[in-house]
Amino acid sequence: MELKRVVVTGLGALTPIGNNISEYWDSLIHGKSGAAPITYFDTSLFKTKFACEIKNFNANDYFDRKEVRRLDRFAQYALVASDEAILDSGVDLNVVDKYRVGVIWGAGIGGLETFQNEVIDFAKGDGTPRFNPFFIPKMIADIAPGNISIKHGFMGPNYATVSACASSANAMIDALNYIRLGYSDIMVTGGSEAAVTQAGMGGFNSMHALSTRNDDPEKASRPFDANRDGFVLGEGGGALILEEYEHAKARGAKIYAEVIGGGMSSDAYHMTAPHPEGIGVIAVMKNCLENSGLKPEDVDTINTHGTSTPLGDVAELKAIKQVFGEHAKNININSTKSMTGHLLGAAGAVEAIASILAMQNSLVPPTINHETADENIDSELNLTLNKPQKREIKVAMSNTFGFGGHNACVAFKKMEE
Amino acid sequence: MSDIASRVKAIIVDKLGVDENEVVTEASFTNDLGADSLDTVELIMEFEKEFDIQIPDDQAENISTVGQAVSYIEEAKK
Repeated sequence: MELKRVVVTGLGALTPIGNNISEYWDSLIHGKSGAAPITYFDTSLFKTKFACEIKNFNANDYFDRKEVRRLDRFAQYALVASDEAILDSGVDLNVVDKYRVGVIWGAGIGGLETFQNEVIDFAKGDGTPRFNPFFIPKMIADIAPGNISIKHGFMGPNYATVSACASSANAMIDALNYIRLGYSDIMVTGGSEAAVTQAGMGGFNSMHALSTRNDDPEKASRPFDANRDGFVLGEGGGALILEEYEHAKARGAKIYAEVIGGGMSSDAYHMTAPHPEGIGVIAVMKNCLENSGLKPEDVDTINTHGTSTPLGDVAELKAIKQVFGEHAKNININSTKSMTGHLLGAAGAVEAIASILAMQNSLVPPTINHETADENIDSELNLTLNKPQKREIKVAMSNTFGFGGHNACVAFKKMEE
Repeated sequence: MSDIASRVKAIIVDKLGVDENEVVTEASFTNDLGADSLDTVELIMEFEKEFDIQIPDDQAENISTVGQAVSYIEEAKK
């Protein structure tokens, strides 16, 4: 059976550095940090007091009062980002066969704030289990794609992928494969997360996963810098409309890029620590190249997982050298998490969008906040430090790795007839 | 309007996001005010909390309009 070609025809983003695609891109190329002191709750007892929150977002601008109460923030972000992508795609919702449109959406955690607040309420009571009837349906990770389909009437495949920080990359790969195999013509995909809560910050702090650079939040996310000290928690959503090529062509859609393949693997090593030799990361990039029909020399850019943790960054770059050999130093490697922070389950989507926009604009967004070279990192690698770099991009890859040892990698190619 | 009736009305306006004028005595939660099954459960729970009463499930099934809620609560608070 011949696989169908799949293209990207719509994009949407709600991120800590921009509430739509054009604001997001503008901040990416200007090296803007989204980190700031947390506004959602009192952080005086927390080790880390900052994060990359969404700015100037008022749910009431997008939803009526009743909807706001029924939607955890991660589901609100999913609806806002996917609405932008659907509108951007120009798909006529009155004409499209909605049985052939699906939604596969990634969320690493789901409605953490809802879960936290309901349990706090319960704990304050006398033990009577008076849980709000919206507790479960607001919290579960799959309610994001559920709500997207309810809003637009999309009746194709619909579920959530959960693989921590690789969730939305897994969602994109599943969406790609459903279209390739002919199950759907259009898939709304991407991911969203809203874990900047007491439970989220406290939990990640306990793991020593977060930066504690409280005196200078904007400089805290510094992938590949010698003085990096952990990731900065981010939140938001990213959405992509994937569409079967002939379907897109027939309706005269604008095409951002072709999605040519995805790789998946597992470290099978530790719950949270990356494998020191990066064996799963090597495997995922090799899988992605093979699935995409690429040779290593074809790849122009890699948006790394690059979270700004001491171990992870080094292991990923070693793996890139292992997979790409001599060609590694010709690749524009970057980490846009230096600006957005780590959006967990939404990371794969917002970073894939950054890669696609870089291809469109022939400009690679920088890895900001780099001050001191790390002696464990090969200085010959081009990490796109601090300033964007012009580059004709034919093939872009985007890596994401999740706690649990999940690795996913997606490849995009400039559209050719 | 009794104190109970105005507090019931306020809860309904808040939880269902409807206009105050729509919350009339004979209005049905589901048919007139757009509530689904989850909203209805939430309303009953809010009434219990607001008025410090218990509404057993078999009785909650009989409360489907604004007026029925007010009467039930007035009876329970006697």
